[in-house]
Amino acid sequence: MGEIKADKTIDARGSYCPGPLMELIKNVKSANVGEILEVLSSDEGSTKDIPEWVDKVGHENLGTVNHGDYSSIFVKKVK
Amino acid sequence: MAKRIIIVGGGTGGTMTANILASKLDSEIRNGQVTITLLSDSPVHVYQPAFLYLAFDRFYEDEFTRSERDLLRPEIDFVVDKTTGIDFKSCFVQGASGKKYQYDYLVLSTGSYPDPSAIPGLEKGGDWFYTQEGAKKLAKKIASFEKGRILLSVGVPHKCPVAPLEVIFMLNDYFKAKGIRKNIELYYTYPIARLHALEPVANWAVGMFEKEGIKSETFFNMESVDPEKKTLSTLEGSEVPYDLLIAIPPHKGADIIVDSGLSKSGWIPTDKQTLKVTGYDNVYALGDGTDLPISKAGSTAHFEADVVAENLTSEIKSGYPAHFYDGRVLCFIETGLHEGTYVWFSYTTPPNPAPPSKLIHWMKLSFNRIYWMAARGLM
Ligand SMILES: Cc1cc2nc3c(=O)[nH]c(=O)nc-3n(C[C@H](O)[C@H](O)[C@H](O)COP(=O)(O)OP(=O)(O)OC[C@H]3O[C@@H](n4cnc5c(N)ncnc54)[C@H](O)[C@@H]3O)c2cc1C
Repeated sequence: MGEIKADKTIDARGSYCPGPLMELIKNVKSANVGEILEVLSSDEGSTKDIPEWVDKVGHENLGTVNHGDYSSIFVKKVK
Repeated sequence: MAKRIIIVGGGTGGTMTANILASKLDSEIRNGQVTITLLSDSPVHVYQPAFLYLAFDRFYEDEFTRSERDLLRPEIDFVVDKTTGIDFKSCFVQGASGKKYQYDYLVLSTGSYPDPSAIPGLEKGGDWFYTQEGAKKLAKKIASFEKGRILLSVGVPHKCPVAPLEVIFMLNDYFKAKGIRKNIELYYTYPIARLHALEPVANWAVGMFEKEGIKSETFFNMESVDPEKKTLSTLEGSEVPYDLLIAIPPHKGADIIVDSGLSKSGWIPTDKQTLKVTGYDNVYALGDGTDLPISKAGSTAHFEADVVAENLTSEIKSGYPAHFYDGRVLCFIETGLHEGTYVWFSYTTPPNPAPPSKLIHWMKLSFNRIYWMAARGLM
């Protein structure tokens, strides 16, 4: 997983509100098709919520890397 | 020569920062070592949380507006001149009047703005209470709504994260009081997998929704509105018909943030602890306009104003900043027309809402009236 290079990293660690998924939704809008976004999240729920939302709207889940007290979740905007 | 502090934005964050600073730097201002200038594009200060109540005819313009000049300490120079450009290298702000304002320190508190044009069809097909005109228009529709589905949809990002729940509970109480709740379907939607970003608030809302018969759909992000068919389509593939659509449009930052070249997204790149703008040692940002992953709320701007004012004071008095924002946010939440609760949280402390009570509701109503003291830097 170490080889994924994000075009943009969204540091949502410590974000209880709006939280990592809403930070991603905001950033997906302004990203270009084909760009890879990395969300840093200290909220465990994000590792489930984010991939679930990404599947629903049809972007691409590239995977999650666990760093101990936070995770990196990689998403590619495909449309 | 005096150190010139320029603050752009005569809303919550800018006004509080100016007043707190003027009190902390009182002796420097008297000695001619510091000047504070607040630039805004309007002579009027608007207390925006009142818009939620305006939509129910429970707060009026003469109550939620004040002259900005009257809210500011007299030693602050207040100029109504819209900022049209910022030269961060030569350290000046360009006003629409043609005047240039040279600064040694700059503070940006330029806010966030609902942008219904971001969702095709929303301007024509939807209503919102996030602007004064919008809330007034919506109030008439709520007052004459007799039966059918009210759909609430939430754009990302938006300020005041508790407003979606508050408005649905207030609608519930309003129609109950009118005796027509049974004719009305309240349909609440939310962008993520639960009813609110704050998990304990979302969990609590589940029980309230069951008890009050409020329907809901999650993972609901507006894609487009068809004003003729009266339907809303989502990114997730849902299509929901409505009789009245109350939307919280996605927000954008102030135009000046893009126009000045500060950021492409419109949000100000800001250090989460020092509140300095990334790359500029003499520029601070606060309030809704920052890119921080925290709630866009008046309380956020309030806590941040303390940090910005303290840091500018220590820079001027000691030569370096020594204060850090801990991500603190406090939100009152109306759980109807007669009860409320509140949450507070920070970067490291999760939220834990208190049980709703009449007392907390009255505290929120009281704060709505004593806001002017907070704006004056007295709270
Ligand atoms: C319906 C509603 C309900 C809310 N309820 C709550 C609540 O219950 N609790 C809570 O904490 N918060 C609430 N808020 C949010 C709160 O009002 C904002 O978070 C707060 O006002 C942010 O302060 P700010 O200084 O960042 O921006 P603002 O207060 O919006 O001020 C921005 C200022 O910048 C000025 N400006 C912008 N561009 C320029 C320019 N180019 N030149 C000069 N001036 C410029 C604007 O005119 C404005 O005066 C609510 C908001 C709404 C709309």
